[in-house]
Amino acid sequence: MSGMDAGTGFPGGTLMAGKRGLVMGVANNRSIAWGIAKALASHGADVALTYQGDALKKRVVPLAAELGSKLVLPCDVSDNASMDAVFSTLEKEWGGMDFLVHAIAFSDKNELDGRYVDTSEKNFTQTMLISCYSLTALAKRAEPLMKNGGSILTLTYYGAEKVMPHYNVMGVAKAALEASVRYLAADLGKGGIRVNAISAGPIKTLAASGIADFRYILKWNEYNSALRRTVTIEEVGGSGLYLLSDLGRGVTGEVHHVDAGYHVQGMKNEDAPDISVMKAEDGV
Amino acid sequence: MSDIADRVKKIVVTHLGVEAEKVTENASFIDDLGADSLDTVELVMAFEEEFKCEIPDDAAEHILTVGNAIDFLEKNAGSSAGKPAA
Repeated sequence: MSGMDAGTGFPGGTLMAGKRGLVMGVANNRSIAWGIAKALASHGADVALTYQGDALKKRVVPLAAELGSKLVLPCDVSDNASMDAVFSTLEKEWGGMDFLVHAIAFSDKNELDGRYVDTSEKNFTQTMLISCYSLTALAKRAEPLMKNGGSILTLTYYGAEKVMPHYNVMGVAKAALEASVRYLAADLGKGGIRVNAISAGPIKTLAASGIADFRYILKWNEYNSALRRTVTIEEVGGSGLYLLSDLGRGVTGEVHHVDAGYHVQGMKNEDAPDISVMKAEDGV
Repeated sequence: MSDIADRVKKIVVTHLGVEAEKVTENASFIDDLGADSLDTVELVMAFEEEFKCEIPDDAAEHILTVGNAIDFLEKNAGSSAGKPAA
């Protein structure tokens, strides 16, 4: 699809020509992973997608067709055999790969509300396994296929660094994920494999619908980020393209904020409404 | 039929890929129209986008049928619960 816009909001090109890789975590056309996949395809990448379960399959298959992806594979990152199967298919089909996008997380919705201290052992373990360990498990399998080096990208959120209401155990998992990025970067750097994360500002996705009061978080960011707005999946896609292409070849171990500058702010913007006014307006 | 009802039905037909005749006011998204739980979340997002309003989670939980959606949107457009998005 090189040369085409593909709904990315910026010109297509050839930054990813000849590069092949896997994007995991597309759920629908609002997914951040979809924004990244579109950006990669618009620059000539061959993109394989994975889905977990039939509910997501029926959403991902038409999107894959839109990208011209031939490989759409089932993958459950809590199942080693399932991950093995994906990489053995990629090896058979492609013989190698150049990039991997990890946009996968899970936690019990009931614990993305209320107090972090009330997290159950079961959900803590499950959240860490799927949202954090899976990156390491996938990187380990991708490494032998990235014979000429490669680029691995995961998605995180500011709730890893600072306390965000209701983000709870997911913030703890994202903190561990960001640390994993640094350790993986050091381990895989010898082979020319880069590992980075994008810390995206809040975006209304299917996954975000599980976070209590998400609308309020969006509004708060809109008023208080440096750019006085939130970001789009296309903007995250553009930054993802930079990190996954050779434009980012000197960058690894990095957590790159694509959040309209929210993370540099120490207080609310002077021109932002008072919190009580926002609450009344929102009927929160 | 109201304009809002028309637009709601159109969204349901497009999103769920069902025949227009099946999208009656009594039709349940899940039981009658084959929606899964992700569809119900996506439909609420699509309604919010189409009607430039916000549907709070506790209200969304009660939108189980086509009629529920039409009622909510007819009642709340312009009020605090369904206020236009900034």
